[in-house]
Amino acid sequence: MTTAKTDEVVKESPAATPSDQRERDRQRRRLARKRGGGWWPYLFLAPWFVGLFGLTIYPMLDSLYLSFTDFDLLTPEKWVGTANYERMFTDDPVFWDSVHATLLYVVVSVPLKLGLALAVAMLLNRDIKGIGLYRAAFYLPSLLGGAVAIAIVWRQVFGGDGLFNDFLSWFGIKGQDWISSPDTALYTLILLAVWQFGTPMVIFLAGLKQLPKDVYEAAEIDGASPVTRFFKITLPLLTPIVFFNVVLQIIDAFKTFTPAFVISNGSGGPLNSTMLYSLYLYKKGFTDLQMGYASALAWVLFLVIAGFTAVNFIASRYWVHYDD
Amino acid sequence: MSAITPSPLQKLRSATGARRIFIHTVLIGVAIVMLYPLMWMLSSSLKPDTEIFTHPGLIPNKLNPENYSKGWDGSGNSFSLYITNSLIVTIGAVIGNIISCSLAAYAFARFEFRWKKLWFGLMLGTLMLPTQAVLIPQYTIFYNLTWINTYLPLIVPKFLAVDAFFIFLMVQFIRSIPRELDQAAMMDGANPWQIYWKIILPLMKPALVTTTIFTFIWTYDDFLHQLVYLQQNDKFTVPLGLTLFMDQTSGSSYGAMFAMSTIALAPTLICFLIFQKRLVEGMATSGMKG
Repeated sequence: MTTAKTDEVVKESPAATPSDQRERDRQRRRLARKRGGGWWPYLFLAPWFVGLFGLTIYPMLDSLYLSFTDFDLLTPEKWVGTANYERMFTDDPVFWDSVHATLLYVVVSVPLKLGLALAVAMLLNRDIKGIGLYRAAFYLPSLLGGAVAIAIVWRQVFGGDGLFNDFLSWFGIKGQDWISSPDTALYTLILLAVWQFGTPMVIFLAGLKQLPKDVYEAAEIDGASPVTRFFKITLPLLTPIVFFNVVLQIIDAFKTFTPAFVISNGSGGPLNSTMLYSLYLYKKGFTDLQMGYASALAWVLFLVIAGFTAVNFIASRYWVHYDD
Repeated sequence: MSAITPSPLQKLRSATGARRIFIHTVLIGVAIVMLYPLMWMLSSSLKPDTEIFTHPGLIPNKLNPENYSKGWDGSGNSFSLYITNSLIVTIGAVIGNIISCSLAAYAFARFEFRWKKLWFGLMLGTLMLPTQAVLIPQYTIFYNLTWINTYLPLIVPKFLAVDAFFIFLMVQFIRSIPRELDQAAMMDGANPWQIYWKIILPLMKPALVTTTIFTFIWTYDDFLHQLVYLQQNDKFTVPLGLTLFMDQTSGSSYGAMFAMSTIALAPTLICFLIFQKRLVEGMATSGMKG
């Protein structure tokens, strides 16, 4: 159980000078520390192990089993084979509405959000007065994130007589009720997501600060324009951080629940246009008590997110540059 | 030669005044757009209902602080009940995360043990696992334990280190603490628990503070789990109390609703104002070394 790694084995030296002796003692101690963990690490990890098995691995397997059953929580589950999955793909138009809404939400909001985050981070990446204030102002909406209060405000801002229409009226544009129109309701959610670009912005900014200055100096001496510098230096060097943000934001977008719930009053309407997948899963499981069907929905979500993440990781080999 | 003509980089640094003004104008414009909805909420919370949509400017014609008293006891229960309930949940979650995540992080950062890479990988994997994927079976577990409509499903998991994000954050932090300190203590006969308790934990205060603030804000704002697990009105937390409000006010008292929205955001805003720098840096550095 406690095998020492070969590279950790103390090298025997023929002449034991005092300094050799000390070195050897030190290595021996290091070895003892590594080996001597015994049951200690397991003691420290005990709560985490209970959580991992009890609240993640077992629930995942249980959920897989439940997805093949009819289960309403109150009566014992009944095995139905793949009926839930068949129903989902062939006999549930709302499922497809939710897939449509969610994919549109992810595909539109993530690039806009990351683009804005990078653009603003570029603007902030220089010696300017009050950078701390700007950073704080841009980060605050992200921190408020999925708060119900924010979603409530959003609902009023884009309502028929809300702030947004008032803003449009300055330009002589007559607005509409953006929340209750199926063509636009989802876009108010997308706008909310884009408004919360602060987290990736802060991460981009931290990455930009680490880029080597001398490369830029050299490029400028060679007469590279700002646009060239951005595409030939900044973006390639920044790809690990772009990748990190893309993975994180896609997962986040798939999980969006609160604003969709609040803006549609829990209905996913109008006409299921804001029925994000998480909201549909919640409704099936906890409003309709179709826990078996909801488990199947959960597994599909899990597989889709895992798929997106895997594709991201595989694709990253071709566009992410690591210098080490 | 370079002493006489400024290098291109120097030229870039000392950007022209016009350029500087342009950048500030853009940034201020963005900042206004970012903060305007929040200011609008605040100002609406002080306006009479009739004025909120007819008079969209930020300064109310007449201050109407009654919105706050009306909202405070206007949504079924007094809002102080919801705030108390939210405090119970968030404080429980903070204590749980601090203890369980720091224990796990210490083990990952300082010990070699069987299948460590596998366990660590699983830990990182749970970072990416959407909570919705385990929501139903977790619910059935807590249902069978008859924990529904109690705070236990919201607090107990935090004592089991389910927030892998914080384990990861703390692992990174502990790795930056010199191992010589542990070794010196071990020479003096300290066991791993004593090293964790007397050396690592005091030294990782910055990471613990970050964990505290983020756990507080995220738990306080976590709507989905509270919606699922809390069913009776008197158990409701602030986000749930707010949604009650929302249903009631489909026509009337918007002012009261905005007042309570402001109150609901206040703890997060106060946290933000106090810890602004740490929050921003914490977010910037936490994921970077992955």
